[in-house]
Amino acid sequence: MTLQTIWFILWGVLWIIYFILDGFDLGLGAAMPFLARNENRKRKLYNAMGPFWDGNEVWLLTAGGVTFAAFPETYATMFSAMYSALMLLLLALILRGVAFEFRGKSDNLTWKKTWDICLVAGSFLPALLLGVAFANIFKGVPVDAAGVFHGTLLTYLNPYGLAGGVLFVLMFLVHGALWMASKADDELGDDSIAFAGRVWVLLLGWAVIFLVMTWFATGLYDNYLESPVLFVIPLAAVVCLLLTRVFITRKEALKAWFASAGTILTVTAFGLAGLFPAMFPSSLDPAFSRTAFNASSSPLTLSIMLGVVLVFVPIVIGYQIWTYRFFSKGGDEAY
Amino acid sequence: MDVVLLSRLQFALTIIFHFFFVPLTLGLSILIAWMETRFVMSGDEIYRRMARFWGKLFLINFAIGVVTGITLEFQFGTNWAEYSRYVGDVFGSLLAIEATVAFFLESTFIAVWHFGWKRLSPKAHAAAIWIVAAASNISAIWIVAANSWMQDPVGYVIRNGRAELSDFGALLTHPYFFGQLIHTLSSAYLLAGFFVMGVSAWHLLRGNEAGFFNRSFRMALVFSFVCALVVAGGGHFHGETVADTQPEKIAAMTSHWETGVNVPMSLIIWPDAANERNAVSALKIPGLLSFITQRDFNAEVKGLLDFPEDERPPVLLTFLSFHAMVGLGFLFPLLTVIGLLIRNRLEDFPLFLKAMLVAIPLPYLAIQFGWIVAEVGRQPWIVYRVMRTADAVSPIQASQVLFSSVALIGVYVIIGFAALYLIVKHAAAGPEPAPGTEGGAG
Repeated sequence: MTLQTIWFILWGVLWIIYFILDGFDLGLGAAMPFLARNENRKRKLYNAMGPFWDGNEVWLLTAGGVTFAAFPETYATMFSAMYSALMLLLLALILRGVAFEFRGKSDNLTWKKTWDICLVAGSFLPALLLGVAFANIFKGVPVDAAGVFHGTLLTYLNPYGLAGGVLFVLMFLVHGALWMASKADDELGDDSIAFAGRVWVLLLGWAVIFLVMTWFATGLYDNYLESPVLFVIPLAAVVCLLLTRVFITRKEALKAWFASAGTILTVTAFGLAGLFPAMFPSSLDPAFSRTAFNASSSPLTLSIMLGVVLVFVPIVIGYQIWTYRFFSKGGDEAY
Repeated sequence: MDVVLLSRLQFALTIIFHFFFVPLTLGLSILIAWMETRFVMSGDEIYRRMARFWGKLFLINFAIGVVTGITLEFQFGTNWAEYSRYVGDVFGSLLAIEATVAFFLESTFIAVWHFGWKRLSPKAHAAAIWIVAAASNISAIWIVAANSWMQDPVGYVIRNGRAELSDFGALLTHPYFFGQLIHTLSSAYLLAGFFVMGVSAWHLLRGNEAGFFNRSFRMALVFSFVCALVVAGGGHFHGETVADTQPEKIAAMTSHWETGVNVPMSLIIWPDAANERNAVSALKIPGLLSFITQRDFNAEVKGLLDFPEDERPPVLLTFLSFHAMVGLGFLFPLLTVIGLLIRNRLEDFPLFLKAMLVAIPLPYLAIQFGWIVAEVGRQPWIVYRVMRTADAVSPIQASQVLFSSVALIGVYVIIGFAALYLIVKHAAAGPEPAPGTEGGAG
């Protein structure tokens, strides 16, 4: 396996970890209007994410940073072609992050309400945008040889892109509601798991539609037809999705959350395995696609970064698992 | 306006805003860690209250630092795609290492500290804030390494039509990096010290919690005094490095036009860049510029006229920022020395306390001026003598940059005012009441 292939896999792994971790707090933030209308419930919702959201979001920075370091040509093309969408994502994440820290620091009601709106909008929008972005990447984006984007923000809002956005929103809503359910054993917990169950039905239907659309809108299945063993991945996705339902029915929220994490993992892996070796395919001409092989850094940079990532990412995972266990029964009330 | 100018303005806006919050967290985390350590060692409850009070102000700043930092990392790709393409092999790795090695640590353990007051032992809780302090400072190392590479590019070769890494160690060992790191960190610590002294002075003037704020003030005073000396001394040595590596920057900083030996320094200058001269130049001290930059009164100092016009940095802005920074840099040791002399009877000197309150914004300004010198003084290059800023922008529409800038300004104004409101509110409210007493201070 070449360095570039290893790096493509690591790149995918970082995005997957990001989606699994930030997925639940983005989803739970977006689900707030459905789950928590009074202050007491809202506080519980914030406290369920408080100690974790920041550490989760760093995975996005790392995924972005690693794209820059290992695949500068991909980073430059992807980020400039998706300029407006990324700026929207940033603004949403900024307001949302500040909401976490600022909401509880004043008792003024308007103050709290304003930050609640920032949390909900700032959670929903990134979930949607990330889905739209990745679906468009699966589909291909009109960029030319020089990396110039020939389109507008509306180019991304095609049916398949939007379908990807909805898919992400539904996945994250289930994921977030299950997180809440695993943290609360009161009425809020019951409502959360029931909500997850209802959204799950939508998710199942939507996932089928999305898979069919993928067949027509993208070239992802080419890799699968070439090496049918890859079909294990979508199969695993189906199993994870069904397992989620089983655990929801049994009211085993934490297990259901892990099954939902498995769903996110396998759905993302399904897309990336179909994409390989492309990272940012061009819809104008396959020759203009940014791939793991034509967009990577030099072997020296890839080797150094490989060392850094192989040493530090396991350490990060180690201490983050420790914090998740440490705060498994919640931290000090801070909201 | 064109994409280059708009992107430069957007970058300036986002980095200036970011750096209104980050320096405080760099220094305050160390002070808080020290407070908690003293609590662990002495068991004196006052240190715990100090850590909690200053910690609250720390968290407000930290939040803004985190969210505005994401913008910066994304901006290289969104607005500076050609830059990212050309130097990503070298520059990108430094940013990625920062996230992996430092930012994770910081973000994870700040939560442990924030939510763990009750669940952690005092020792473990103090350890958490030490980890945060260490991680934020390690973070700064990588960011400064990235910037100092743009100032003094080393360890690369031009290959495959781009700059490729050839010697990673060189990125972390060139003198420019050390000089810039020491100057940046010490000025950030100084800012935090002045913030703590200023807020303490406000309370001391009102007679609130005298014991609490006297201790806070004195702790910050010693810290700031040491840092003020390092800022000034380190700044001077870094200036020598800049003179060696970026002669046109030093020439712009001092508005020095004609190459010569035994170059004097004028105490009063007003640059006239349009006519390539100084409109005013008075009170000359013979040989001083030669001495300051080369440690030799007879040394040659290159003037701006020796450089092609399209390779000269903007003179007026660089010159004024540099002098504003240096002027403030002299003020800080002075204020801290006065403070040290009267440290045991601060309340007897209300005028000094008022001055320290008014002085809170000064290190903020000095730091921003410093960055203007570093960044504007490097123009027209984005990477010194490797890539021009004009060649570095993304192939995007000016309208995109304009809209996103307007949106960013809108959001930054909102969160900036919200943060300011919270900082003032919590700073003025004073610490939580000591256990066993009724009511609070202020």
